[in-house]
Amino acid sequence: MCGIVGLLIKKPEWRESLGELMVPMLIGMSDRGPDSAGLAVFTATLPEPQRKYSLYSKDKFDWESLGRSFQASFTSASEIQINGNRAVLISDREPDRVKQWLKAKYPHLHLLSTGRTIDLYKDTGKPAMVADRYNFSALKGSHAIAHTRMATESAVTPDRAHPFTAGEDFCLVHNGSLSNPYSIRRRLEPLGIHFETDNDTEAACRFLEWRMREGDDLETAIKQGFVELDGFYTFLIGTADKLALVRDAFACKPAVVAETDNYVAIASEFRSLAHLPDVKNAHLYEPAPEELYIWMV
Amino acid sequence: MECVTFDLAQTPLRAVNHYLHHNLTQTGGQAIEILNPDGAHNIAVGLNASVEVKILGHAGYYAASMNQLANVTIAGNVGTGVAENMMSGRVHVKGFASVSAGASAHGGLLIIDGDASLRCGISLKGADIVVGGSVGSFAAFMAQAGRIVVCGNAGEALGDSLYEAVIYVRGEIKSLGADARIEPMSEADYATVAELLAKAGFSHNPQDFQRVASAKQLYHWNADAVTSDSAFQ
Repeated sequence: MCGIVGLLIKKPEWRESLGELMVPMLIGMSDRGPDSAGLAVFTATLPEPQRKYSLYSKDKFDWESLGRSFQASFTSASEIQINGNRAVLISDREPDRVKQWLKAKYPHLHLLSTGRTIDLYKDTGKPAMVADRYNFSALKGSHAIAHTRMATESAVTPDRAHPFTAGEDFCLVHNGSLSNPYSIRRRLEPLGIHFETDNDTEAACRFLEWRMREGDDLETAIKQGFVELDGFYTFLIGTADKLALVRDAFACKPAVVAETDNYVAIASEFRSLAHLPDVKNAHLYEPAPEELYIWMV
Repeated sequence: MECVTFDLAQTPLRAVNHYLHHNLTQTGGQAIEILNPDGAHNIAVGLNASVEVKILGHAGYYAASMNQLANVTIAGNVGTGVAENMMSGRVHVKGFASVSAGASAHGGLLIIDGDASLRCGISLKGADIVVGGSVGSFAAFMAQAGRIVVCGNAGEALGDSLYEAVIYVRGEIKSLGADARIEPMSEADYATVAELLAKAGFSHNPQDFQRVASAKQLYHWNADAVTSDSAFQ
């Protein structure tokens, strides 16, 4: 199973309510994925060269000391926004250096996402509990994707929850199962692409992001995915300015889209869309197999 | 005629289905109306009485599945497996139907006003299906008996591994599945299409339909090999 949901706000004044609209969508998919949940939200973009780093600690952690230590090492002002086991570090230093520093100094921390726009949350527990834990309903932004997980192919841990990220401002949630994640991985690792888990979704995420770094646009990368990624899947992909939805050739895994003048909402099942404003008058449809559905912010 | 109304925003679905299974005689054959289905699964499943049920909104998985005798109308879209394994009666979807509509249905009539997604009528065992719009890929896969009328187009691999079921298509067929072939329409075929269109309330000309049936020569699987460019080359 697993449930996926996505929401892109067309009307700028609704961006304040993104989290409020999203939480019932996420909770509506609890039956499809009761063991973990996660959410990626695309917010106002930081100016260059700033980056934000969403960090997760399994245990209680002194985030303020990390902030102080960062300042001492980089002799640069940074900002740290703390939310329980998760924090966001904002810095204008070179991303590769920051990541190396984090890894060397705090190897037990998990880097959830990097970018100028993306904020990411994921954790184990029932979706309603995870949404409460991180106060998802207060989130604001242009678009968000979220996931409820029922683990079928790797353990139930926070880092194996979705969304997965790679590179900057890129994330993916997945309902389905890939049959060749290890062959994808064996072909990417020699290219210097590092994997953090044994989860099949991570292979899809890193494959697509690698294609885009190699020069493909999102559409071309996804089409390469149709060739290389074997299995049953519905993918929902978020970038700084796009939301993309695709299903495999057999469309074994469900998805429904509701589109109005104010939003595009996507969910594995209509149940998660039923509460949305004016959904009864929305253009409602089921995406076709191997068709690209891409919406711009 | 008065009807009995249930609001799924107020009453648990389990109570509504219990009523449909056990308490219909109390209300002497009155129609049942179900409000605010909001995509709930298993609405009006396993009905076994000649009752009229109207679902006002979108239903989730397996709506009106295993139906016997009842006449169920869904004024909205439906999820996976509507009227799956229906035995008799009538199920009418006024929107689109997701995958596996009418799967393995033995009897009765399934009408879908909009499009049907993939695998419509998979393993059909004797029911009739009329789709006002188009059907997705793999429609009527391994269908054994029954009739499917498609007023729009058909997707890929139509009628793959058909047995004795027959499909009538008005629009274009993207591709035929293994062993499926287009055959000439006989007078009996035109009469069948006319009968099913009339039952479903569509006014197309039966002369516009073509017949797809099994060539009955499928003794081994012959999947096409797919080759494509690799991103890793």
